[in-house]
Amino acid sequence: MNRSIAETRARVERSLKRRRWAERRFQAYGLGAVLLGVGFVAIMFSSLISQGWSAFRQAYVTLEVFYDPEIIDPDGTRKPEDLAIADYAALIRNSLKAKFPGVEGRAATKQLAGLVSGSAAQELQRRVVATPSLIGQKQTLVVLTSDTVDQLLKGRIDRTLEEENRTISDQQIRWADQWVRDGQLSLRFNQRFFTNGDSREPEQAGVWGAIVGSIYTLGVTLLLSFPIGIAAAIYLEEFARRNRWTDLIEVNINNLAAVPSIVFGLLGLAMFLNFFGMPRSAPLVGGLVLTLLTLPTIIIASRAALKAVPPSIREAALGMGASRIQTVMHHVLPMAMPGMLTGTIIGMARALGETAPLLMIGMVAFIVDVPKGLTDPATVLPVQVFLWAGSPERAFLERTSAAILVLLAFLVLMNATAVVLRNRFERRW
Amino acid sequence: MPHFALLVALAALAVLGYWVGKQRSLQLVGGGRGIRKLHSLPAYYGFLTALWCALPALLIMAVWLLLQDTIISSLVLSKLPVALRGQNAGELGLLTNDIRNIVLGNIPAAAARPEVLVAAQDYRRLQGIADLALSGLVLAAGLAGLAWVRSRINPALRARNSVERIIELLLLGCSMIAVFVTLGIVLSVLYESLRFFHAVSLDQFLLGLQWSPQTALRADQVGSSGAFGAVPLFLGTVMISGIAMLVAVPVGLFSAIYLAEYANRKFRASVKPVLEILAGIPTVVYGFFAALTVGPFLRHTGELVGLKVASESALAAGLVMGIMIIPFISSLADDMITAVPQSLRDGAYALGATRSETIRQVVLRAALPGIVGGVLLAISRAIGETMIVVMAAGLAANMTANPLEAVTTVTVQIVTLLTGDQEFDSPKTLAAFALGLVLFVVTLILNVVALKVVRKYREQYE
Amino acid sequence: MSTATLATPVATAAEEPAATSPPVPENCKTVGRVTADGALLIARGVNVFYGEKQAITEVSIDIARNQVLAMIGPSGCGKSTFLRCLNRMNDTIEGARVTGSIVLEGQDIYDKHQDVVQLRARVGMVFQKPNPFPKSIYENVAYGPRIHGLAADRVELDEIVHTSLQRAGLWDEVKDRLTSPGTSLSGGQQQRLCIARTIAVNPEVILMDEPCSALDPIATARIEDLIDELRESYAIAIVTHSMQQAARVSQRTAYFHLGDLIEVGETDRIFTNPRHKLTEDYITGRFG
Repeated sequence: MNRSIAETRARVERSLKRRRWAERRFQAYGLGAVLLGVGFVAIMFSSLISQGWSAFRQAYVTLEVFYDPEIIDPDGTRKPEDLAIADYAALIRNSLKAKFPGVEGRAATKQLAGLVSGSAAQELQRRVVATPSLIGQKQTLVVLTSDTVDQLLKGRIDRTLEEENRTISDQQIRWADQWVRDGQLSLRFNQRFFTNGDSREPEQAGVWGAIVGSIYTLGVTLLLSFPIGIAAAIYLEEFARRNRWTDLIEVNINNLAAVPSIVFGLLGLAMFLNFFGMPRSAPLVGGLVLTLLTLPTIIIASRAALKAVPPSIREAALGMGASRIQTVMHHVLPMAMPGMLTGTIIGMARALGETAPLLMIGMVAFIVDVPKGLTDPATVLPVQVFLWAGSPERAFLERTSAAILVLLAFLVLMNATAVVLRNRFERRW
Repeated sequence: MPHFALLVALAALAVLGYWVGKQRSLQLVGGGRGIRKLHSLPAYYGFLTALWCALPALLIMAVWLLLQDTIISSLVLSKLPVALRGQNAGELGLLTNDIRNIVLGNIPAAAARPEVLVAAQDYRRLQGIADLALSGLVLAAGLAGLAWVRSRINPALRARNSVERIIELLLLGCSMIAVFVTLGIVLSVLYESLRFFHAVSLDQFLLGLQWSPQTALRADQVGSSGAFGAVPLFLGTVMISGIAMLVAVPVGLFSAIYLAEYANRKFRASVKPVLEILAGIPTVVYGFFAALTVGPFLRHTGELVGLKVASESALAAGLVMGIMIIPFISSLADDMITAVPQSLRDGAYALGATRSETIRQVVLRAALPGIVGGVLLAISRAIGETMIVVMAAGLAANMTANPLEAVTTVTVQIVTLLTGDQEFDSPKTLAAFALGLVLFVVTLILNVVALKVVRKYREQYE
Repeated sequence: MSTATLATPVATAAEEPAATSPPVPENCKTVGRVTADGALLIARGVNVFYGEKQAITEVSIDIARNQVLAMIGPSGCGKSTFLRCLNRMNDTIEGARVTGSIVLEGQDIYDKHQDVVQLRARVGMVFQKPNPFPKSIYENVAYGPRIHGLAADRVELDEIVHTSLQRAGLWDEVKDRLTSPGTSLSGGQQQRLCIARTIAVNPEVILMDEPCSALDPIATARIEDLIDELRESYAIAIVTHSMQQAARVSQRTAYFHLGDLIEVGETDRIFTNPRHKLTEDYITGRFG
């Protein structure tokens, strides 16, 4: 070699400083990228929690209501039909006027009535119809305020803004402050959020309808995709000979796993709704679409679970004279089951978060009632999030975040189950 | 739910079939002692009977139910007064919907026109007949299957083999569903697209620079006079996906490199799950985040430095989509990097290469095909992503190269065209299917290429 | 440049340390002379731990210029582990810990000021399985000189690649296809490419970890010839499974057993007249 060792060492030495820098820079890029990713998670969650947390509490006001017989039942018939259609909003208005005397005129009265949720009148109606003997009595009730008072109390309305730029007037703020001073206004646990369906009024809107819709939809998905997915995986892994057909099936499955979900929505719309004439907005159709969507995931996961079962087990069973079906059913399947379940739960978690294809089949409608069956119009949690996110009211913002938190809670639960299942039953051969 | 009751009855019949088959086989060989004379265990004779009892009946029921509504509707419609029938396809569809809604009780009967009410009654009557006929047919089929197998049971009947053959066929059928789904997608999307291309020519759609489907709804502008040039949508999609990849590829790749090559086990074990959280968050949440946090943030920042940023800017949607794709890239890149054999790293280290030199020049180079495949898959994901852009990108089809302005994408237009109004035959709704076709074809090509590249890469190091 | 260090041949190295190489620790139980003339890389009392498990115990040995040191022993005896210590390749394994001293020309290579990059440029390594980079033949050889900045220009780099391939005996076979991928070569050629890659950096010591175990007999013979030629310029340490190979290529042989260095000596002597019972058992084929 015509280079001396000393020369080589000198050159290596010279390169070192630059290379150490490059090394540090590169490592810093890597760490920066990781921290950026973690930072995104932190920002998203902190913004969701800080925005959504307050929706779990709601402003209630304590009112003294007089069940005025003149308003409820001027004729004194006490017939349930008459009691049901009485002007209960007037009782609320009277109660408010009693609290804040001197409010006259339509505009001012309307403003005053705007402090309390429309649900308060329904509450009164329910009580009276249930116990007509209340008529003529006075009762102290805790009723929902309107969403603006709620937002004011939670400090989400900027009092320093010009009046016309606010959703709440100066006068209303004064009244609300009076309530606070008198200890009538308070934040309580927002039970309605978990028991109500959707509503145009933010203070009455809840996620229960969407949760039930999600349960129905996912129920259909699970019932169809789990057995079909496992059956397909068993066939492909244990029975299929490798030929052009099985190759085609395999390529198909892998590709379907990567087809945009909205395309499945188009399929659902064209096939299930228009061709087969199934009902729009129904959990049944939603479940079918999500089945097609999750099948590839489940099949791929189940095949991996089957692959992990060592061939020696199959050989042992076959060697005893068991048929192939018996080998699979008695030995391979039980061993692969935890892996298959894990894959299925993960697939279900993805289906739970899926929104786009459901928009295509009309699950995006405004639905107040909690669905009672598979063909009732329904919506699901992520679509509810989408609907609320598009609502202009300030109060829907926190509800959207809160609905997301509920959705994420379900997802965490499902993924945690999958992790526990995997850790508990995972076997290494 | 009469169909549910029918299913229960069929299930009961199948259980009965199991019992009959099992007893029959035992009886033929004179009870439990003669069991060795049977080819298969008695249970298999039971299973065979039950399967033959239930499967044909279920098949009949499925086909019947799929077609029932369509047939009844056409029967009912054919009886309607000519004046009502003579309408165009769209209005006829609405009418059918009305009738069905009355039948289902979704619309109060009082609100309907008398002819429709009559039709609804007719519909209900036909439905009753159909249900009755179906029940009879299904149960008859079940009984026939049961009786047929029972008559064929003899000790030499290879019941186990037959049962297993049937099960294998069922398994095959399940695995064929994937093919049928693809076929269904292609057929349904293609069919509606072809109808669209009757109204709007293909090159007008693919090369046209103007997109305004709303104007085409006006009576004087139906069909071809509407503006269905999809180029602005394609450009918008490319821009948003491009921004997303600019965020996701470097961040995802570098974090995969750091976690795989630099981080110690403890750091990796605690950070990796955090990044995986990003992959589990539903896209609607990202959309919300983009529309209500990132969008306004960018607008305010833009104001501070004197830039005009649209509140639905491509940048906001692209950034958030990029965040969504980070874990996708990083986990794929992680797989690819760890698949590079240690011996290659050792070779570089032994020559005196630093870590970063080894990673950049040896590991990444070896993993390049796999990473490229992963990036292609990520691109396919980005262009197919819907919720983020629906919530955070614009609706107006602007042709612009400025990421601070609002653009729209293919998926946004599909959603806007198909939500809202219900009629199905206008070029407007059909355009959504044409867009869907483009989306499907493009992502399919990307996926096929990417999966091939990735598979080749994996085989190389296995 | 250090001149040859002399030590009188003694039965046990512990009795009389070499003149300039550090003293051999008292507790060294190795039979035979662990020091060597012209010692370049000197290991003293080296222990290696993988987590809790000790893989190497108190190994002391010299690796000298112009000489091939063969390390033999049953599998799992720690010979490869020891070899990987010599250019700190164990650094890449999580949980590996090395104690004792390994000195290269007066500089402890485990000193915290020692740059591994610099160290590995001086102590090259060839692995069990040929591991050419997924690059062209030319780039494989040029990689080391490139990263270390050894060539001022393209002409110089071409020259380095040329001489390295020539010295590895590969030039005539590949000179017409320098741009084809290194992985397209046969196994034996790949291994010679890896050797060329190593000598292109102009190292002082070459470590070889069973370099022929993945090769056929003909390719093995070529590599063995090559090792013999390379001895003129480098200090070489080779781990091998094959006693015949050790006998063919090495001047000194070290026998490892369960993490201990049992015996060191002239190769001829070890194979004809082993002093330790374990060495004898191994050489006579009683185990291994």
